[in-house]
Amino acid sequence: MSDPAHLRGKCESNLNFLPEEAFESVVTSLPALISIGWAGFDPCPAAPPVPIPSALITLLLGMALVLAGLWVGYNVSLLPLDASSNAPVYDALFKVLFSIGTILFIGIVGLLIFSLVRFRRRSGDSGDGAAIEGNLPLEIVWTAIPAVVVLFVGIYSYDIYERMGGMTPLNDHGAMHASQPAGDHQHHSDSHGSNQAVLASSSSAPAAAEDQELGRVWGGIGVSTDEDETLTVDVTAMQFAFIFHYPDGNIVSGELHIPADRPVSLHMEARDVIHAFWVPQFRLKQDVIPGQPTLLSFTATRPGTYPIVCAELCGPYHGGMRSSVVVHEPAEFDAWLSKNTPPAPATVASSGSTPTA
Amino acid sequence: MTLASPSDFQAPQQSSPDQGGPRGLQPEGWLRYLSFSLDHKVIGLQYMVCGFLFYFLGGALAGVIRTELASPISDFVSRETYNEVLTLHGTVMIFLWIVPVVNGAFGNYLIPFYVGARDMAFPRLNAVAFWLIPPAGILLISSYFIKGGAAQSGWTAYPPLSLTTPALGQVIWIISVLLLGGSSIFGGINFIATILKLRRPGLKMMQLPMYCWAMLGTSILVVLSTPVLAGTLILLSFDIIAHTGFFNPALGGNVVVYQHLFWFYSHPAVYIMVLPAFGLVSEILPVHARKPLFGYTTMVYSIIAIVVLGLVVWAHHMFTSGTPPWMRLFFTIATSFIAVPTGIKFFNWLATLWQGKIALNSAILFACAFIVNFVFGGITGVALAQVPFDIHVHDTYFVVGHFHYIVYGGTVFIIFSAVYHWYPKFTGRMLDEHLGRLHFLLTFIGFNLCFAPQHWLGLNGMPRRVAEYDPSFTTLNQVSSVGALMMAVSTLPFLINVVVSAFRGEVAGDNPWKALTPEWLTSSPPPVENWIGEAPLVTHPYGYGVPADRLDLQMVTAEQIWSDPKP
Repeated sequence: MSDPAHLRGKCESNLNFLPEEAFESVVTSLPALISIGWAGFDPCPAAPPVPIPSALITLLLGMALVLAGLWVGYNVSLLPLDASSNAPVYDALFKVLFSIGTILFIGIVGLLIFSLVRFRRRSGDSGDGAAIEGNLPLEIVWTAIPAVVVLFVGIYSYDIYERMGGMTPLNDHGAMHASQPAGDHQHHSDSHGSNQAVLASSSSAPAAAEDQELGRVWGGIGVSTDEDETLTVDVTAMQFAFIFHYPDGNIVSGELHIPADRPVSLHMEARDVIHAFWVPQFRLKQDVIPGQPTLLSFTATRPGTYPIVCAELCGPYHGGMRSSVVVHEPAEFDAWLSKNTPPAPATVASSGSTPTA
Repeated sequence: MTLASPSDFQAPQQSSPDQGGPRGLQPEGWLRYLSFSLDHKVIGLQYMVCGFLFYFLGGALAGVIRTELASPISDFVSRETYNEVLTLHGTVMIFLWIVPVVNGAFGNYLIPFYVGARDMAFPRLNAVAFWLIPPAGILLISSYFIKGGAAQSGWTAYPPLSLTTPALGQVIWIISVLLLGGSSIFGGINFIATILKLRRPGLKMMQLPMYCWAMLGTSILVVLSTPVLAGTLILLSFDIIAHTGFFNPALGGNVVVYQHLFWFYSHPAVYIMVLPAFGLVSEILPVHARKPLFGYTTMVYSIIAIVVLGLVVWAHHMFTSGTPPWMRLFFTIATSFIAVPTGIKFFNWLATLWQGKIALNSAILFACAFIVNFVFGGITGVALAQVPFDIHVHDTYFVVGHFHYIVYGGTVFIIFSAVYHWYPKFTGRMLDEHLGRLHFLLTFIGFNLCFAPQHWLGLNGMPRRVAEYDPSFTTLNQVSSVGALMMAVSTLPFLINVVVSAFRGEVAGDNPWKALTPEWLTSSPPPVENWIGEAPLVTHPYGYGVPADRLDLQMVTAEQIWSDPKP
């Protein structure tokens, strides 16, 4: 996947959070810690000369390792295009995790290979190795290092998660009611007709709205956004399709069309089994669950067409349950919306759920 | 008493492989492996052979999956069959291969030796636990051939999907898993009782070989968490058969509650598969590196920490299931912190190798490849524990790659390592080193070729459990399938080696590795009573490189054990 340089620059410019620097300082002090560890790693002074690398060499190797890890983490791109406002935030987290992972992996595997080569049994040698049973300072060091790394990663990812809106309490999330029809009960009785899919969406979406009124939206990711700005779309997942219903224009679509740079809020519920709504380019995924509405809020940033993938095994055609999200320029989106809005409560709105917004 | 120096193990006493005659009502010869034998060694090998048969079956199922995924369209088997195959693959590999072998096979064979006992605490329960497995496995496989086919909802059997797929196959799946869970619980009770109550007088807990601690921890997890799975699956079967509404949203049930209950068992199940492997590594590395296990005490504490933390991390499988924010936060922290005791174990293994005299044989190659694979899987695991990271890659091929690095690159590599290490004990003959290294090379390359590309696939948009995918992912899927083919081929040298060496292998002698753990201080294969005389008191199972005069331990020398007259 392409990740042009200007794009990376954009991602990094979003990083003005303290753990970034904390990370650097922690990883650069690692070799020093390790070398202290190795220096103390001589529990058997009576034994014959032992091949302990000098602290200086260890320090240099450690620094080279850290630099190599950082270089890999920040220059090897494994992720698809970023097309939502939280994707660069996610990518920043990914780079940090990738750097730490590379440093640890190369360090541990390097140490292992070095040991296997340096300490292999020479032919004719049937003796034992040094009788070293443990070393408390060393144990403390390698308990502390993972603990610090894990603590740092945890705090940093918490911050990322909060910026993604993950910590927003959803039950009293005001934005979701903004453009919802206030509980229309008629449609429940007449949700049988020729076009099942269309009717299904128009019947379940207001049901989800009711649930939200009752505070039943109980999961998902929500960014606190300006209520008037937010575009609300009701998503119904079923075997094996996503149906998108726009309360604003009473449009029903099999593809998700959204404007760039405007908050979107998806109110999702499944009709049959559990599905999952995933857009890899948005770095967002949310299970769509029968009986329990879920919410997903995000802002798309990059116009284009991206895949929507069902990520939860939902039956034989699970692999074929794919759709697209089309991110439009705002003006283009308004044109799409007005073009597709049915002129009157005709075919689609036959259930009577006329938009109130 | 003095410590047995390695030279003592060149004891002249050679036992013939057929020795170990009839005791009581047990049949003789190979027939006892098909009998309701009460001998822990026979039961251990029954688990082993049975487990390997299911491994080959599960591998064949994986072959079907990788063949289907060699092309982006669904063209090899029908979509329903594909879902049956992936469900059976997961269930067979977890419940019929890894859990029975890494717990049942090695646990039954080794634990009585390690505690200085002549058998497990409850030999009949032990035999029952094993003999639940073949019928459960056959029942599970047979469901493939009934009308409607086998279960299609994955090994996780999430409702409401599991309520809507063909009912009979799903119910048979539940019954099989209940039987296998029962077997697992019986085994767990037996291990706890054996380790705590059957220790030879004078042997302290902190003198036990590390595998005992690993099995004690594992068994506690088994006994605490498996009943939860059993209860959950019974409720699920009520929903299917009697149309109750525990997990059926149409009847007021809650599908996410099932996920909590399921993962309350199934995350500890990862540790049930991995902790015994940790124990086995701790036995194998010191022997072939000729060094004591580094940091015995911290190794014990880290096992205890993993057991405790392993019980409180289950909801990290549910970060996209609409769990509340505080819960996501809690499970992120708990999951991340399990990396600390796990990391301690890996650093201790590296320190065990450091300054050793490492014999680069098949056993140590597989054990070191385990370290490489598991560190990789552990790093992706810590990343997956972070909610924002997980939200993107949950239920994708990234996760498939991650957990195969843990259970295959981790546990299965150790099972192979352990077979190379203990085969001389089981049979009295050595495995061929050349075939062993060929097996290692093919397995290691094939494994990494198969599962490393899957991480990229997941990051870039390929969900798991799909029979068809975006054509842009074709190349890496084909690389992965080639790796799977290599893994399939790699079992051939292993099979040939194991079968031929049983008859023609070099005679091993009683203790070819000059190991100090108690199972080697007897003949190979051991007599029914394990030791002809009194069980040795091994207080320093890893006392390599220690001059005898530096230890004030009591230990029966090899000569004393072997000089007792044979019957």
